[in-house]
Amino acid sequence: MKRGFRRLTTLLSLGVMTLLLSGCSNDIIVLNPKGEIAKHQMDLIYITTGLCLLIILPVLILTFFIVWRYRNRPDSKAKYKPEWEHNTKLEVVWWTIPVIIIILIGIVTVQYTYKLEPSKPLEHEADPIVIQVTSLDWKWLFQYPDQDIATVNYVQFPEDVPIRFELTSDAPMNSFWIPQLGGQIYTMSGMAMTLHLIADEPGEYLGSGANFSGKDFAKMQFVANATSQEEFDQWVEQIKATSPELTDEGYQALAEPGVSEKVTYSGLPENLFERTVAKYGSKHNHGSVEHDEQTHDEQERG
Amino acid sequence: MWDNIKEFASEFFVTGDPLIYGADVAIGLSIVAIVFVMTYFKKWTWLWREWLTTVDHKRIGIMYVIASLLMLFRGGVDALLMRTQLAMPELEFLSPEHYNGIFTTHGVIMILFMAMPLMFGLFNLVVPLQIGARDVAFPFLNSLSFWLFFWGAMLFNVSFVIGGSPDTGWLAYPPLSGIQFSPGVGQDFYIWGIQISGIGSLMTGINFIVTILKMRAPGMKLMKMPMFSWSVLSSSLTIILAFPILTITLALLFIDRYLGAHFFTLDGGGNPMMYINLIWMWGHPEVYIVILPAFGIFSEIVATFSKKRLFGYKSMVFALMAISVTSFFTWAHHFFTMGSGANVNVFFAISTMIIAIPTGVKVFNWLFTMFRGKITIKTPMLWTIGFIPCFVVGGMTGVMLSVAPADFQFHNSYFLIAHFHQVLIGGVAFGYFAALSYWWPKVFGFKLNERLGKWAFWMWGIGFYVCFMPQYVLGLMGMTRRVNTYSWDSGWWELNLVSTIGGFLMGIGFLFQVWQILHSIKHMERDTTGDPWDGRTLEWTIPSPAPAYNFAVIPHVNERDSFWEEKQRRERGLVPDPQPELEPIHMPKNSGIPFIKSFCWFVVGFGFVFDWLWMSIPGVIGIIACMLAHSFNYKTDYYIPVEEIKRTEAAARGSI
Ligand code: HEM
Ligand SMILES: [Cu+2]
Ligand SMILES: [Cu+2]
Repeated sequence: MKRGFRRLTTLLSLGVMTLLLSGCSNDIIVLNPKGEIAKHQMDLIYITTGLCLLIILPVLILTFFIVWRYRNRPDSKAKYKPEWEHNTKLEVVWWTIPVIIIILIGIVTVQYTYKLEPSKPLEHEADPIVIQVTSLDWKWLFQYPDQDIATVNYVQFPEDVPIRFELTSDAPMNSFWIPQLGGQIYTMSGMAMTLHLIADEPGEYLGSGANFSGKDFAKMQFVANATSQEEFDQWVEQIKATSPELTDEGYQALAEPGVSEKVTYSGLPENLFERTVAKYGSKHNHGSVEHDEQTHDEQERG
Repeated sequence: MWDNIKEFASEFFVTGDPLIYGADVAIGLSIVAIVFVMTYFKKWTWLWREWLTTVDHKRIGIMYVIASLLMLFRGGVDALLMRTQLAMPELEFLSPEHYNGIFTTHGVIMILFMAMPLMFGLFNLVVPLQIGARDVAFPFLNSLSFWLFFWGAMLFNVSFVIGGSPDTGWLAYPPLSGIQFSPGVGQDFYIWGIQISGIGSLMTGINFIVTILKMRAPGMKLMKMPMFSWSVLSSSLTIILAFPILTITLALLFIDRYLGAHFFTLDGGGNPMMYINLIWMWGHPEVYIVILPAFGIFSEIVATFSKKRLFGYKSMVFALMAISVTSFFTWAHHFFTMGSGANVNVFFAISTMIIAIPTGVKVFNWLFTMFRGKITIKTPMLWTIGFIPCFVVGGMTGVMLSVAPADFQFHNSYFLIAHFHQVLIGGVAFGYFAALSYWWPKVFGFKLNERLGKWAFWMWGIGFYVCFMPQYVLGLMGMTRRVNTYSWDSGWWELNLVSTIGGFLMGIGFLFQVWQILHSIKHMERDTTGDPWDGRTLEWTIPSPAPAYNFAVIPHVNERDSFWEEKQRRERGLVPDPQPELEPIHMPKNSGIPFIKSFCWFVVGFGFVFDWLWMSIPGVIGIIACMLAHSFNYKTDYYIPVEEIKRTEAAARGSI
C-alpha cells in the first residue's frame, strides 16, 4: 500500500506539471474569456467548481485517511466494530450535506440560466449587428444582411457591439461555438436559432463546429475576428469593392459537400437565409415560439 | 460473369486499407485455427452439448464473460488506434472516414457489447447463488438472451470487413444517419446489430426481476437480500422501462431508411428532434443500468474485505431505487444547447443534480463500512478503493456539466469525453473487474494471481489519469470531440500526446489481465474451501465451482449476511441445524433452439442490411420453425437422483 501512495503522489505531481507546461491559462481559452457572456460563464464555472470541491475534497481526504487507518496490520491500534452498521445521526448528516450543496448549486444555476439564455438580447446602448450563420457540409457561411456581404469560414464584427447570430443548417446538425465569446448553440435545418454574444476587446478568436456532422467535420474551424468599428467598416467596403457577388447558383455550389478556404462575397441573394430555413418546412419549432416570430420580423426587414 | 463477381466483391468486402486486410487475415487465420483444433481434438460434440445448448446459468455467465472480454479487446484496439491518430497534429494514420467508423464502433461496442454483457455475465454467475436459488426463473429464455446478444454483436462486428462500419456516432443522430447522408450499409448493421442484441437485453431484465422476486431462498425477505442482488433488481427494472424505447426508436429509423418514411426527416414532416429525445430517453438510463450493478459489487466487496457489516443498508437500497427512477427524468441534459428555452433547461439541470445526492450518500456509506473495520487489500478491494476517488471526481464533473449555462462551454468538447470515461472506466470497468476477481474462484474453482492482478490495477489506474485528466484541460482549450485531426497552431498537441501515452498504459493493464488469467490457469491456486475471502453471503456456502444444481439443499435464511452469522455461531460452538434429507432435484434440459433461432435472427438481419429478401425470408421462416419446435417440445426437464447428488457433494467436499 505504501508503494501505492508513493506512486499516486508521483502521478499527481506529474499531472500538475503537465498542466503548468501546457502554456498556462492563456491557452485554456474557456477560462480566458473576451466577452460578457463568456465571462459570466467562467464565473459560473468557478463558482460551481468551488461548491463541488467543498464536498469533494473532504471526501477524498477522508477516503485516504480511513483506508490508511483501518488497514489490517498485526499491530493496528484502530478500533474494530464488526457489527456497527447503522447510525441515524450520521446518516442524516450525509444526506443533508449533499442536499445543501445541490440546493446552492441549483440556485446559482437557475439564476444564470435565465440571465444567460442565448436568445435574450444583451443590454447595451449600441444596436446589435445581425449575422446569419448557416452550417454546410463542411464549412460555415456567414451572411450580413444589413451590410449585404457574406463570408465563408471567417467571421468579422466590431468589438463592443452586441452581435445577434441567427443560425440554421443546410446539412446535418452542427453546433456553433466561439469559446472566448460564449457557449455554443446547435444549428438545425428548418429552424432559426438565436445567439447573442459580444466581444469586449479586439482579437482573433477560435471558432468551431462542435457537433459531429460527417466526414470532414474536423475542418469546420473558423476565425472570429473582432476589430474596431472603423476597421470593420473598411473591411466591409473592401469586400464590396473586390469580391464577387453570392448568387443562388453560387450558393448551390457552395452547399455541395466539401471543405473550403476562407471566401468573401459582396451582395446576397434575396432572403437566402429565410429561404434556407423555409426549405425544410416550418414544422421544426421546439423550444420557444420566439423562433417563428424572429423569422417573421427578419422577413419584414429583408 | 467474372466481372460481375469482381464488382460485387469490391462492394461487399471493405478494401483499400492495410488495417482491414490485416483484420481479414487475422479473422481468416483464427477461423481456420479454431476449426482445426476443434476437429483435431474431436471437440465439436462436446462444444455443442456442454456449451452451445446449455441452459445452466453459470455456463451462460461464463460465455457472456468470454464474449465481453473479446469485445473489450476489439473496443480497446479501436481506442488505441484513435489515440494514435490524435497523438500528434496533422497525422494521416487514419483517414477521416476510417476514424469516424472507429469512434462509432468503439462507443457502441464498449457500451452495448462490452459493458452490458459483462454485466449480464455477472448477473448470471452470481444472482442465483446469492439468493439461494437453483436457477434463474426462465432458463431457456436466458440462453436465448445470450445467443441474441452474441449474434447481434457478430452482425455488428462483421461490418468492419464486410460492407463498411457505421460512422455517425454511437447514438446515430439523424439526419446524418438517414439514408440521404448515410447511404451505405454501415448504418443498417448498426440498427440490426443493436436491435437483435437489445431484445436479448430486455428479456434478461425480465428474467432477473422474476428470479429475484420469486426465487429467493425461504426466509430471505427483500430487506435481507444481499446488496448486489438489490442492484441487479434496480438495474433490471430500469432495463425493462428503457429498452422498449430503444427498440422503437431503431425500428422507426429503419423504416425511415428502408421504406422512405419521414419520422425523423424534416422534408416529409418528421423531426430529428424526436429521435434525439427518444434515443436519450433510453441512453441516459442506459448509463445508469451499467453503473447500478457496480454499486452493488462495491457494497459486497467493501463489507467482505473490511470484515464488517455494510453500513446504512436501508439508505443504500433507497438510494439505488431513487437513482433508477430519477435517471428517467434527465435525458434533456444531453442537449441543453439546442435552444429549448430556460424553463426546460432549469428543469433538467435540477433533476440531473438531484441524482448526485443518493450517489454521494452511497460513497459515505462505503467509507463508513471501512471505518472501524479491518481492511485487507486483495485485488477486488484494490479496484474498489481505486474506484472511490475516481468516481467522486467523475461525479463532480458530472454536476458541473449539469449546470446548464456552464454546459454551453463543456458540451461536445473533450471535457465531456473525460467525464464519461471517468465514470465508465473508473466506475463500470473497475467495478466489473473487481467483481471478476472477487467471484472468479466461485465460478472456476481457482483464484486469480494476486501479483499480476495488482500490476493490472496500477497500469489501469495510472493510465487512466494520464489519459483522461489532460482531456479535461483540452476541452477547456476548445478541442471538440470526434475531430480526427487538428493543426499545429492549435496548441493542443502536448496534452494529446500525454493522453495517448495514458491510453497505451491502460492497454498494458489489459495485457496484464490476460496474462493474469493464463498464468492462473496454469499454476492453479485451487479454492478447496468454497469460501476463499471469508465471505458473508450464501454463494460462499457451496463448493467451488458450484455444482450444476447449486444447492444440494435449499438454505434457510434468517438474517442479512447469513453465512457470516452462521460462521460466528459455529465459532461460538453452536451446532448448525440438522440438514433435511436430500431429494431429487428438478432441472431444465439443454436445448439447441436458442442458438439456432438467434442464428436465424442474424441471417434475417444480414439480409435486411444488404436488402436481400431471399436471405431474410428463410431466416424468418427459421425463427417461426424454432418457435413451433419449442412449443411442441414437452421433454424440457429431468431429475437429478439423490445418489448422484450425494456423489457430487462428496467429491466436491472431499478435499475439505
Ligand atoms: C483504453 C481505454 C479507452 C480509451 C483510450 C478510450 C478512448 C476514446 C476516444 C479517443 C474516444 C473518441 C472521442 C471522440 O473523438 O469523440 C472515445 C469515445 C467513447 N468511449 Fe472510449 N476509450 C477507452 C475505454 C472506454 C470504455 C471502457 C468505455 C465504456 C465502458 C468507453 C466508452 C466510450 C464511449 C461511449 C465513447 C463515445 C463514442 C462516441 O462519442 O460516439 N471507452 N473513447
Ligand atoms: Cu431544433
Ligand atoms: Cu445523461
